[in-house]
Amino acid sequence: MTDTLVQATDLHKHFGNNRAVDGVSLHIKPGEIYGLVGSDGAGKTTTMRLLVGALLPNKGEIHVCGYDVLKQTELARSQIGYLSQRFSMYEDLSVLENIRFFAEVRGLSQTEWLPRSMEILEFVGLADFKDRRAGQLSGGMKQKLGLASALVTRPRLLLLDEPTTGVDPVTRQDFWQLVIKLVSMSPSPSGRGVRGEGVSVLISTPYMDEASRCHRVGFMKLGKIIAEDTPSNLRARLNGRVLELRGNPINTLRRIAHQDEDVEDVAAFGDKLHLRVKENAVKKVISRLTKQIKSQNAELIELRPVPPTLEDVFIALSDI
Amino acid sequence: MNSRLISMIRKEFIQIFRDVRTLAMILVIPIMQLFLLGYSATNDVRNIPLAVLDQSRSAESRALLDAYRAADYFRIAYSVDSEAEIETLIASGDARAAVIIPPDYAQRLNDGNAQVAFILDGSDPTSASTALSAALLISQAHSTEILTQRFSRSGSTLRVQPPVQVRTTVWYNPDMISAHFMIPGVIGMILYAIAAILTATSVVRERERGTIEQLIVTPIRSWELIVGKLMPYVILGFFNTIEVLAVGHWWFGMPIRGDLGLILILSIVFLITGLGIGLFASTIANTQQEAMLAVWMTLLPSIFLSGFFFPLEAMPAFLRWLSYLMPLRYYLVIIRSLLLKGVGLDMIQFDVLAMTLFAVSIMTAAALRFRKRLD
Repeated sequence: MTDTLVQATDLHKHFGNNRAVDGVSLHIKPGEIYGLVGSDGAGKTTTMRLLVGALLPNKGEIHVCGYDVLKQTELARSQIGYLSQRFSMYEDLSVLENIRFFAEVRGLSQTEWLPRSMEILEFVGLADFKDRRAGQLSGGMKQKLGLASALVTRPRLLLLDEPTTGVDPVTRQDFWQLVIKLVSMSPSPSGRGVRGEGVSVLISTPYMDEASRCHRVGFMKLGKIIAEDTPSNLRARLNGRVLELRGNPINTLRRIAHQDEDVEDVAAFGDKLHLRVKENAVKKVISRLTKQIKSQNAELIELRPVPPTLEDVFIALSDI
Repeated sequence: MNSRLISMIRKEFIQIFRDVRTLAMILVIPIMQLFLLGYSATNDVRNIPLAVLDQSRSAESRALLDAYRAADYFRIAYSVDSEAEIETLIASGDARAAVIIPPDYAQRLNDGNAQVAFILDGSDPTSASTALSAALLISQAHSTEILTQRFSRSGSTLRVQPPVQVRTTVWYNPDMISAHFMIPGVIGMILYAIAAILTATSVVRERERGTIEQLIVTPIRSWELIVGKLMPYVILGFFNTIEVLAVGHWWFGMPIRGDLGLILILSIVFLITGLGIGLFASTIANTQQEAMLAVWMTLLPSIFLSGFFFPLEAMPAFLRWLSYLMPLRYYLVIIRSLLLKGVGLDMIQFDVLAMTLFAVSIMTAAALRFRKRLD
């Protein structure tokens, strides 16, 4: 029990004919950052809502910190901090009023809530804005308020549903620093309060650079987790199968690459193309394409194998 | 009281007081409604504009017109010279009734068979029927007076009196002031509308703005959420009741004859019905507009089928049966009885029981439908 914080087995959730979650199993260890990635509609949000008991599964079992989410819902919830995808603080309440409300509703006493709230606001960097109405915060600050509210009762599991979508890169970076601080074993960043040990994070994100920060990543597609591993192991799946192509005109290059029988996919990365090729076909493809490009009077600047990125893996998995 | 509930109520109050415009509406609208209905929804017909075609132009005809003038039902607005003019005046609505006194009126009065014509605009049946009975009464009284005068002139001491005399006594609202009948209705309507609309929108707003998602994952229990949401509106609705009662009493002179404590307690019971309907609407609606619409759809039949404006006795049996489904019906009977008649609980048992039953069952149904989940 101690080595698994979240144990979800064979979760199913249907909305009418739509199998939003279709047989998902998840195991998350203490101190782990688990990233859930996948296209919109893959079932990430529904999975999170099932884990926190906001939705009832049609089938499946969920245990969080040893509590059965379906039967001991409130006990399980007391261990979970949940940040929903949509901003869900009260816009007409101030930052501190929001924190106070959620702290008290989640069981902090009259004497506990204030020091705890200030500490957590300090931690996320909102202490100076405590009297500002939540509706007047910037997008990034709103997310930090959500995080603070989720953290105020010291949960052991944090569920973060696309917390950085629509947030600028600098704030995203800040946000991730907070998450990493939370799970790190080092003494808590604000001195004594925020306990780092054992906090697990389940985060969903559409950004591959964020996925690569996670300890493990699960790829969701059509309600299923179709691949799950550490980022490096996932990347290793495409080792030796990704070529980078640069040259002019890029549209001609793309057409040529598409026509090659051993090229599975062509994706544009700015002024470069990433080609995913069949296994053991790299050499053949390089020589064939070089000839083709010359014969069609296009300019080839560079064509070489590159280490796969998570994005390559994501695209490859989405194609299956 | 438990701390989750207190937090919920405090949060709800902060939100209510921050939304100054809505709060102002909650406090001002009942008074506006009261003034509007207190003055406008009246069946007291007075000063009906009357057109007169006096072809007789005699002392006798003037005496008849004086009789009309003396009663404040009519106001002689036009003296005309032709029937065509009367037609125009009534068609245009400038006059609602007309009296035609024929040229031979004085002559025939002496013979004992005088006739006058009374023409009435019947397009508004309420004022027309009042005007008609007023005209008949005035004519009868005038005839009696003429007979009496005639007898006394002929030296007779005989007094003319109809064989049967009706002595009327009007109880509870002796001056039959419409406002006294209307104000209790306004209280009921306001309690119902405010409670239902505010509850429905405030619950749906949590869903619309996404805050419900965060609320759901807290350990707050469903009943705490419901009670915490509703309590502020119970208090506001209670304040509205007192507000309308006070203005009704001191401005419109509406009596408060029954036990004030009983009135307030039963008003809260009725308030709970409204809150329950609002809560129920919130479990159906996805947006605030939908919630409003759902409440309005129950509000209109409530008003028409509760005896607010139209007497239930006059309705077809089917609608009368339907009216038993309107909680407002019972409350109106209760509040009118308590305010105007000053009766005790024993006289309104049935209505109190029925209303309480409605309050409990609507609230239970709504609470059962209210799930602390997203699906």
